[in-house]
Amino acid sequence: MSTSPSDLQAAQIQLDAHVREIIAWHFSPDTGSPFWLDWAKKNFDPRKEVSSFADLVVRFPHFQDEWLRDLQPEVWVPAAFKGKPFNIFETGGTTGMPKQRIGWNDYKTDYEEFSGKISDAHFPRGAAWLMVGPTGPRRLRLAIEHLANFRGSSCYFVDLDPRWVKKVIAAKQFDQAKAYMEHVVDQAVTLLKHRKIAGLFTTPKLLEALAEKINLHDAGIRGVFCGGTTMAPQYVRFIVEEVLEGRIGFYPTYGNTLMGLAASVPLRPEDKFSITYYAPQPRAVLRVVDPSDPSHPVQYDQWGRVELTTLTKEFFMPRFLERDEAIRREPREPYAWDGVAEVRPFGAMEKNIVEGVY
Amino acid sequence: MNTIPHLPVLRLGRNYESLDQIEVKDHRTGEVKAAVSSVNAGIVRKDLQKLAAARAALKKFTSAQLIELCAKAGDLFLNDTLPLGDKGHTQSPQDYVLALSATSGLPHVMVRRNMQKIHHALTNMRTVLNGLTRGLDLAILDQGHGTVAGSPCSYYPTTQALGLVMPSNSPAVNSLWLPAIALKTPVVIKPGREEPWTPYRLVQAFIAAGVPAEAFGFYPTDHEGASAILSQCGRALIFGDKSTTQQYAHNPAIQIHGPGFSKILIGDDEIENWRSYVDLMVASISENGGRSCINASAIVVPKYATEIADALAQALGPIQPTRPDDENARLSGFANPKMADYIDSAIEQDLQTPGAVDATAKYRWPMNCDVAQAFQPAGSGDFRVPRMSGGLESPPNPQPGKAALQAGTAPRKVVFEGGTYLRPTIVLCDSFAHPLANREFLFPYASVVQVPQNEMLRQIGPSLVVTAITRDPKFREELLESPLIDRLNLGPISTMKISWDQPHEGNMFEFLYKRRSIERAW
Repeated sequence: MSTSPSDLQAAQIQLDAHVREIIAWHFSPDTGSPFWLDWAKKNFDPRKEVSSFADLVVRFPHFQDEWLRDLQPEVWVPAAFKGKPFNIFETGGTTGMPKQRIGWNDYKTDYEEFSGKISDAHFPRGAAWLMVGPTGPRRLRLAIEHLANFRGSSCYFVDLDPRWVKKVIAAKQFDQAKAYMEHVVDQAVTLLKHRKIAGLFTTPKLLEALAEKINLHDAGIRGVFCGGTTMAPQYVRFIVEEVLEGRIGFYPTYGNTLMGLAASVPLRPEDKFSITYYAPQPRAVLRVVDPSDPSHPVQYDQWGRVELTTLTKEFFMPRFLERDEAIRREPREPYAWDGVAEVRPFGAMEKNIVEGVY
Repeated sequence: MNTIPHLPVLRLGRNYESLDQIEVKDHRTGEVKAAVSSVNAGIVRKDLQKLAAARAALKKFTSAQLIELCAKAGDLFLNDTLPLGDKGHTQSPQDYVLALSATSGLPHVMVRRNMQKIHHALTNMRTVLNGLTRGLDLAILDQGHGTVAGSPCSYYPTTQALGLVMPSNSPAVNSLWLPAIALKTPVVIKPGREEPWTPYRLVQAFIAAGVPAEAFGFYPTDHEGASAILSQCGRALIFGDKSTTQQYAHNPAIQIHGPGFSKILIGDDEIENWRSYVDLMVASISENGGRSCINASAIVVPKYATEIADALAQALGPIQPTRPDDENARLSGFANPKMADYIDSAIEQDLQTPGAVDATAKYRWPMNCDVAQAFQPAGSGDFRVPRMSGGLESPPNPQPGKAALQAGTAPRKVVFEGGTYLRPTIVLCDSFAHPLANREFLFPYASVVQVPQNEMLRQIGPSLVVTAITRDPKFREELLESPLIDRLNLGPISTMKISWDQPHEGNMFEFLYKRRSIERAW
């Protein structure tokens, strides 16, 4: 069902108000972080010039994620959080010095909100979860456990180190990558065989590999929450029909350490398995922009590069150009803002991207 | 009805329309001829777990019944209109010729010849199996055991299915897997990207003949899917170049069909008669558009290499592309023009290495040049002009014409009516050490290398087919002893001659069945 004009307007008003609140927070000496206060001195005072999301797009340049690698994390601590120990989360599967985002409660907010989007039939309250995927210094690990706990459940974990996977695949050591994946899957199968587990978070490739070793429904799995890599429509169909056999709830998500979690809308027959994700607006805004002129969004149903703006009191990140591309989709209930569909690595059609099992 | 046929994935008895579809296009016009559903490796792996049911469907038939069904399928394949995809389309034999020619670049006449080869293999399956099994009573396969020459005998299948990673170069390669059906072995086929037509039509012919659809998998898929077919089928065939096949070279479950490096050798005793064998050499190099692994790619002679290279160049150099429906077409177009670019530049680059000459260059007349006027024999007048179209069949006029001045300036790679072609190339090499001496390309290409007879077998390397033109008993004995040769033709026999009952590469029966000893108390 399409979203009503009044809902669209209300969402826009809410977003603009939120932008003003966050700008005021991060650029006020009483509450703001050293990085943004310093940035304002060298550039302009956004509190005077930015009063809407449209203003933000016009006035702010693209966030440089190298700052998250090159600067000490303390520069991002808002004054209001000073003295409170923070979590340090690292981004995905890169090698070398990682990029880091600090945080306190954002992940809890995101995943508590997400809890309202998954059904109790698929993730029974109190029944255990299993996460098979990147744990380590990632926000995801704490987030999944918090989500399970929030629903009265506990969570088992099997770790996968995506940095190692990328390294061996880039070196064409495919046997090693395969052996490592089997090692991860075997651990998960063992847990599924010996423990009562109903909910599963994993990546699509690991889900596929798991289902080749064990019948997930027979093992007790009723809901799968999935994210991490590209899921083209045919692959989604494969997961839904062949891997989950239409018997297990499937919740694809798009997210990362910098944004949080964008949930997908339930698939309708007319979607032809094309998944559209909606950002947790107003805390984060996703746009699909023209790669050659990122100030402009592409038309609906056109491919473009994903641009992320994060707007929380813990973290302000304007107009970061993700290394992803997607199709821009119209708002769809219950979301009164644009969606991003069929997300895949930027330039995926032109070059081979190492995604591996992650 | 949609105007473009859609070929679904055949999942061992179930049609599957994927959201991922590959367009198969006319190599000249870009017109889409079919949409072909493609699936990921996960679907392939899932279906491969059901191969026992596929084999059970074939085991219900006796070998004799399956041989009859093969013959019926052969007639249907050659003569009948068969289903084409899942959108209500059908395909007559002529439709098949047109579609395959358009997307693969093979001229109609070559497609029809390939159809005949396939038909022959199917309608002579009893003879084929007789050759493969050396006369085994096939009832032994039905019962699992029996008696041969008074001794107990038992055979067991080595696999539940035969995996096939097929090429796009020539439809007749499908003949290789046809005995599998008569041997009660389902097939799981990954078709070549530009050539889904032949395996699909063959499967439809088998089904129409009465073979259960559960015995056929048709999986257009990616590299990972191909890898799943190769690793999970138990027995599989892969076609491809050296880089593709070498990783499977030591895997007994995978039979590799790579480059053939087939050759013609002339012995000391016959070399003075070399002129008598020029037609044979030309045919061996150029039949089927030079696309087969059994095309000769090197001519090895103890003397007269320069003269032989020149004679072959005179015969092959003037050949030009023709329309696909030309009955005298000799060249195939490249479905992927980048492949032609690669081959052309590889040859040009290696010609920079001293010791090789493109003997065809001076006979490669510009496109549309009237050879009858332009032809100027290079030597004694001992030349021949191949049968060609568009007025090129007329006898050459030895008077040089205006266009003769342009000889040698025409490029090897040409575009004709939107299609990309490579014109025949004969390279005279001073030794087998030259990088062009032992190469195989997807068009009429051969080297001519002068090697003393007593050195030949040390230098030729592995060769799928060797035609040895010699009556010398000692040389023949050495040839018969050579482990480098898969098929040996003794005497002036084209390398292109094949015998399905005497496979030139692998034995399907021995690949799919193994003998065990057996003792029975009851």
